[in-house]
Amino acid sequence: MPVSAVASASDLIRFLPEMILTVMGTLLMVIDPLLRKRSSQAFGHLSLLALAAGIGGAVYAYSQAGPAFGGMLVVDGFATFFRVLVMVVGILTILPSYGFLARQEAETSEYHALLLFSIAGQCLMAAANELIIVFIGLEISSIASYVLAGYLRTDKRANEASLKYFLLGSFATAFFLYGVALIYGATGTVNLTAVRAAITGQDAPPVVFVGLAAALMFVGLGFKVSAAPFQIWAPDVYQGAPTPVAAFLSAGPKAAAFAVFLRIFLTAFEPIGSGWEPLVWLAALLSMTIGNFAALQQNNVKRMLAYSSIAHAGYVLVGLTARSSIGSAAAMFYLAGYAFMNIGAFAVVSHLSGRGEQYQNVDDLAGLGQKQPLTAAMFTIFLLSLIGVPLTGGFFGKFYIFKAALQSHLVWLAVLGLLNSAVAAYYYLRILVMMYMHEPGQAVENAEPLTPGLRLALILPAAGTLFLGIFPTWVLDFAGKSAMLVR
Amino acid sequence: MNLLLLVLLLPLAGFLVALMIPRSSPDGSRNWSIGVSLATFLASLGLLGWFDRGIAGDQFTVDLPWIASPDIHFHIAADGVSLWLVLLSTFLTPICVLISWRFIQSRVKEFYAFLLLLEFGLIGVFIAQDLFLFYVFWEVSLVPMYFLIGIWGHERRIYAAVKFFLFTMAGSVLMLVAIIYLYNRTQTFSYAAILDMLASGRLTFSATEQMWMFLAFFVAFAIKVPLFPLHTWLPDAHVEAPSAGSVMLASVMLKMGTFGILHYCLPLFPGAAHQCAPWIAVLAIIGIVYGALVSMVQPNLKKLVAYSSVSHLGFVVLGIFSFTQMGLDGAVYQMLNHGVSTGALFVLVGLLYERRHSLAIADYGGVATSAPWLSTVFLITTLASIGLPMLNNFVGEFLVLQGAALANFRWAIYAAIGVILSACYMLWMYQRVFYGETGDEVRHHVTDLRLREWAAVVPLVVMMVWMGVYSQSFLPPVSKTTARVLDQAQINVPFRVQARPHTEVARAR
Repeated sequence: MPVSAVASASDLIRFLPEMILTVMGTLLMVIDPLLRKRSSQAFGHLSLLALAAGIGGAVYAYSQAGPAFGGMLVVDGFATFFRVLVMVVGILTILPSYGFLARQEAETSEYHALLLFSIAGQCLMAAANELIIVFIGLEISSIASYVLAGYLRTDKRANEASLKYFLLGSFATAFFLYGVALIYGATGTVNLTAVRAAITGQDAPPVVFVGLAAALMFVGLGFKVSAAPFQIWAPDVYQGAPTPVAAFLSAGPKAAAFAVFLRIFLTAFEPIGSGWEPLVWLAALLSMTIGNFAALQQNNVKRMLAYSSIAHAGYVLVGLTARSSIGSAAAMFYLAGYAFMNIGAFAVVSHLSGRGEQYQNVDDLAGLGQKQPLTAAMFTIFLLSLIGVPLTGGFFGKFYIFKAALQSHLVWLAVLGLLNSAVAAYYYLRILVMMYMHEPGQAVENAEPLTPGLRLALILPAAGTLFLGIFPTWVLDFAGKSAMLVR
Repeated sequence: MNLLLLVLLLPLAGFLVALMIPRSSPDGSRNWSIGVSLATFLASLGLLGWFDRGIAGDQFTVDLPWIASPDIHFHIAADGVSLWLVLLSTFLTPICVLISWRFIQSRVKEFYAFLLLLEFGLIGVFIAQDLFLFYVFWEVSLVPMYFLIGIWGHERRIYAAVKFFLFTMAGSVLMLVAIIYLYNRTQTFSYAAILDMLASGRLTFSATEQMWMFLAFFVAFAIKVPLFPLHTWLPDAHVEAPSAGSVMLASVMLKMGTFGILHYCLPLFPGAAHQCAPWIAVLAIIGIVYGALVSMVQPNLKKLVAYSSVSHLGFVVLGIFSFTQMGLDGAVYQMLNHGVSTGALFVLVGLLYERRHSLAIADYGGVATSAPWLSTVFLITTLASIGLPMLNNFVGEFLVLQGAALANFRWAIYAAIGVILSACYMLWMYQRVFYGETGDEVRHHVTDLRLREWAAVVPLVVMMVWMGVYSQSFLPPVSKTTARVLDQAQINVPFRVQARPHTEVARAR
């Protein structure tokens, strides 16, 4: 497809969020040496500003919806949904980072710049309509997040996390790239719509090639969303990474990877859907089961949340397995709800973990309900949402996902998935038990009072969780309308 | 303002305000919650006044759209059965506030807030007319009870609370699958609309479909009832909960299960219900006898009352699955009776515990000497629980046994064993606790009823006598509703034996 050398104005408008984030990220690094006194407060404020502007840009771009750069990008409802989602994730990550970075004495501009770059990559993934663009977005997002995972340089576990994430991540990206290469070889194009046309067209390439390419991409993306059996890295990385970063990793890159997952598999590979459906079915079931049962055994809250995030990836995969626009709308809604509740939960952990992140165990939460009732109440909302109790976003997410699954006649997957969520209740309840039914321990006694920023970092996701639980219509309507465009 | 909506929302508003009351003022929390719960009770008495007893259908309907897609409505209404269950909840909540007045000393604010939230959830379960809304209330009521047991309970409270939560959750997720499946078949969550479709034949289920969905609903309800062998969470939860928690759990929460069976399982899946009836009746009878036998050997007062609940609730399930007018009437009446008399037992056991700080029967003896009034009230409650004529349980058990006898005479014979056994364990317990030598501990600590405690127990005793002497005040609206349920339960069911010859008798009563 010929691409004109000069980008038109509408191309640039549709590319606004990525540009804003990249420029602001670079700016942060430039002004860092100019400031006499290094203050992460200013960096934090600037990145919040950048993200707010980015969201504005994304919304504005949506008003001019359409393809950009000769079809390499496509700005539609789906892309906008995920762009806004990952930038909201960014905001919710930065809010608890203020206190966290101050406590670890690690206030630099790199942290915020890397975060912005990573989010820019994810925005690109959300809007990508060509496999190459997907790959570029994936790399931008991933490389920044590898560094972020090891951001606390002196922390051994953070180093381990970073290295593990990097090695396994590049391995998975290579798989994805092989898939892209195969598709290009077989169809002569990397544009998703064109690939779909080529697959269904007159002289379609042998289904073996296409199937193999789909399988390879499935491996690569399965790693990025930490779906079983490619989930091994997640617990170590989430546990070792600085807590706000872990929160970010569990929501942002995952949402973007799912966006790509949905777009590729429901547009380009939709014609061979019956072929990959059993594969995703199995991955969904494995993720839910492995995630939940492994989480039962954990004492470290971050590790527990890591396993739980594997399980939640399984729930979202159920939405993909349904292979319907209702299914993908449900998956989108679930990812939004999940972002709120999971980041909120990590924010609580980051607040309590103390200097050097020494308090991370379930036992360390003992008596939080008495010492810091607000923190505990917010954590309760997140946990109830993760369990899937009604009037929270987590419940509606599950509800829509399994409704879509049943509509696509996946009765067994729905039954097993929901039973899984009953198992999951056990480990979330353990935290509730600790917070409310035990006397305060050392960690809680030493905990700092809530700063205004942190209070916001807890109340915002809690409000989001409840909002999605009580008035899900708006988000679901938008998701429903945009999910139609995927097909 | 719709009165039913007011009854539902008052506790919720009370809960939200209770969260704002400063921690430093426990008396503020107490006064606020007694005020709110009494106001709710008064409002619900208004329901009783305006309820049209001549109509079998839903009354006080409120139907507001909530979520556009899928179409979910905030749709509430009361019929002759749910009316009484709502009243039972609003009647018992102020009593629970009263008996916790001194007993709950730590985290008072949260305690009363959770109690009000619990009341909201329970009322909602009984009046929801939208399957989705019903599920929401069903789960919402779970959370405050979990905290009530887990925070203010006795030694093994955490184990009991988690077990309680997980048992209920495991059952209810299957129900959720069935609810979603129903929606996908009918494109609506409105219970009335689904029943209409069934009645007009626009919606039919295959036998397998019906059986699976029946089981999905039924298991969720049976766990809550609890039906043998799903009862194992109950003794733990009842024993470990604080008195108020035990009262709400036994008196109202268990009825969520029996109400669900009556209100959803029978009309929605009549074929499967009829097919399973013999098996379920057998489980119910096992529960009746087993619960009674286990009660007999309990050294712990609360555990004894808890197992007696398993036995009593067996009667309710048996009555429902007799598919006779009398059996259903008796089952509903027995739900209310059990709410009042077992609630009273838990209240009184709680009062004993507050004084003597022990639940072991062996630690008591001779209480009648040191606390004569307490003993008298306890005796009346014991006799009510046994099923002495002129007291409430007699009416319910009689109707259930008669209904069961119409359906299958042998069921009645075996179930009647439970009645005899209940006299054994209750009277034996009474004898060991209240008669005999008065020990030092008992003499010094077990004092008689105080004014506040009188206020809590007198209404219960009045209800026991009233419900036993003049059931006519309560039964007519119940009969109307159960007759409708029986009609619905006959759709698409090939009846070999017409099992309702005495309907007219029951109605005329």
